[in-house]
Amino acid sequence: MPSSDTAPDVVKILISGGFGTGKTTMVGSISEIAPLRTEEHLTASSVHVDDLAGIEQKTTTTVALDFGRITLTPDLVLYLFGTPGQQRFWFMWNDLAVGAIGGVVLVDTRRLDASFAAVDFFEKREIPFVVAVNCFHGIQRYSPEQIRTALTLRPEVHISMFDARDRKSCRDVLLGLLDHVIATVSAPA
Amino acid sequence: MSGGDQPYGAEPEYDPQYYGPGYGPGAADPFAEPAAAPAEPASEYGRLVRLFTLTGGRAQPSRGVFTLITLITATQPAPSPQGRPLQPEHLRILRLSAAPIAVVELAARLDLPVSVITVMLGDLLDAGMITTRAPLRSASGPRHASNVGLLKRVRDGLAQL
Repeated sequence: MPSSDTAPDVVKILISGGFGTGKTTMVGSISEIAPLRTEEHLTASSVHVDDLAGIEQKTTTTVALDFGRITLTPDLVLYLFGTPGQQRFWFMWNDLAVGAIGGVVLVDTRRLDASFAAVDFFEKREIPFVVAVNCFHGIQRYSPEQIRTALTLRPEVHISMFDARDRKSCRDVLLGLLDHVIATVSAPA
Repeated sequence: MSGGDQPYGAEPEYDPQYYGPGYGPGAADPFAEPAAAPAEPASEYGRLVRLFTLTGGRAQPSRGVFTLITLITATQPAPSPQGRPLQPEHLRILRLSAAPIAVVELAARLDLPVSVITVMLGDLLDAGMITTRAPLRSASGPRHASNVGLLKRVRDGLAQL
């Protein structure tokens, strides 16, 4: 396969969390391009985790994927993918997760349960992740330790408070993820 | 793969490359240069051509593994086309990939599913009209993320934002 030597290196980070936790907002805040959306059409035969037992009729599902791009240096580009939150699309997360540096799980404390699936996904695949609590209007109703308990997070999982609308705030969340990943891979096994 | 749920209500802009000669307003030259093809995104008009006709009914690319973030660059200068005739969408891919661009971004900008884009990229790869750059293997998951140098480059890049 002919390969291009002049093209930059590419890496990706997954932004996940339940519906309405601010995934697309975060991608939009820090991406250098307006967030883009691509759609994939899937038939029920490929949706093997879907609960269609007993339904013989083929159905078509459309899965939308939002993403953004950050050119970190001329030879290094970072893509951010807002992952579909529903558990039934986990097969798609699998494809997305391959080659990812790590993940950010966004949490809205009014709906903690919406982010359980994302935590579960990263833990099961041993993908390093951090939890970022989206503080709408600067309101912080729970302490990080309360959130850790509620989400049954391991002690090493980093939790930060942030505002998905603020670019610097989003940047700091990603920096926290990178610090966590570097510490993880640098630690002796 | 089905284009069956695409909107059919909207009248798509006349494109001689879809309909052949003698149709549509002005019966434009079907062999006109690709630059004459409408540049507007297909989504604005709906898509009349079913997706599988773009891929010749194929579900998998002829060769090559295209991940979402594999970078595509059009070969300069462009070799003369051979093999399968190119569709207007092939030419749009080539125009968009004058500078390196990721597969997922091509899909979004052409408003086509990633699976259709990868089949068309296989055609272009066969014709020697694009080069690819796969994402770094060392960025794969915790067990393989041993390339601390790459991770530090990402970290330093973020810190500069």
